[in-house]
Amino acid sequence: MSLVSEGVEVRGPLVAGVGEPSLATVGDYIALMKPRVMSLVVFTALVGLAVAPGSLHPVAAFTALLSIAVGAGAAGALNMWYDADVDALMTRTARRPVPMGRVLPGEALAFGLTLGSFAVVVLGLLVNWVAAALLAFTIFFYIVIYTIWLKRSTPQNIVIGGAAGAFPPMIGWAAVTGSLSLEPALLFLIIFFWTPPHFWALALYRTEDYARARIPMLPVVSGDASTRRQIMLYTLVLVPLGVAPWAFGYTGALYGVTALVTGAIMVILGWQVFRESRPAERASRNLFAFSILYLFLLFAVLLVERGWGGLIARLAA
Amino acid sequence: MSENPDDDGIVLTEAQKRARRSRSIAIALALAALVVLFYAMTLVKGPGVLIRPI
Repeated sequence: MSLVSEGVEVRGPLVAGVGEPSLATVGDYIALMKPRVMSLVVFTALVGLAVAPGSLHPVAAFTALLSIAVGAGAAGALNMWYDADVDALMTRTARRPVPMGRVLPGEALAFGLTLGSFAVVVLGLLVNWVAAALLAFTIFFYIVIYTIWLKRSTPQNIVIGGAAGAFPPMIGWAAVTGSLSLEPALLFLIIFFWTPPHFWALALYRTEDYARARIPMLPVVSGDASTRRQIMLYTLVLVPLGVAPWAFGYTGALYGVTALVTGAIMVILGWQVFRESRPAERASRNLFAFSILYLFLLFAVLLVERGWGGLIARLAA
Repeated sequence: MSENPDDDGIVLTEAQKRARRSRSIAIALALAALVVLFYAMTLVKGPGVLIRPI
């Protein structure tokens, strides 16, 4: 909802000076936390927490998930603080609170730093410091390594930056065990290699947006054909990794079948993207949409098959 | 601090006052939730709450 459309003068950072009274509502601050991204982060962290061996009191498990959610929200707010200039240039992000002028950049920065500090300290004090250190590193990685450094400087931005989105299952695992092992590393790798095909499929049909904002996404820098080839290659790496938890014996047949079937669909969609050429974009949209379902299904089945019994037992303890 | 409305200074509009009130309530609720969370975790940990190996 635009303030201009309500007949209220826009007082944002792009048009107003420092010290203007804020018109930001609670809803604007919730939007700063990127709730949709946060929900995926919480879900993958829940899976990491549920499949980890050992026990964690339900209140501690809730605290861990809440801290991870707030940490993800902090990262979202800091990202919107730093990226307000480019967000204003892109259709997908132009209506975010900072470019719209509803939240001042300083407010977004203070909000992000406060939330992030609270999330890390609460996780450390109430659960354990290994998980807290991982959460702090994740926020640092997303803001400093991805947002500030890589996003505007290299087409490999979301490849390396994707690590930030891949950490939550490891944090969930560490919240229970206080350590890490191969299994959470596999979950990390699945999300890490899922990120490039997912975001490049989006970038293929938002190329003009990224070009206008001068963000060197792969389609902007290397072109359409190269991006489609890279999507295919990363999908071919991703699918075996998706099957790996079953191959290593961490999961049962249901996960194996799900990973094989959905993996085959990912390969088919990746192949269709590879064969498609501009201006057609249907295959890219299909891959983008299905990739979300793919990741959700893998983790949901993992949760049902491996984690659900443990989670119920913990809640009943 | 003067209460005189003729003084120079920032005078909040009704929209700004409403926004500030909603933010204040949200902060109060968040802080209350934090207190409850620490209280609950203290009960969960019992005497172990004082054992903090790094």
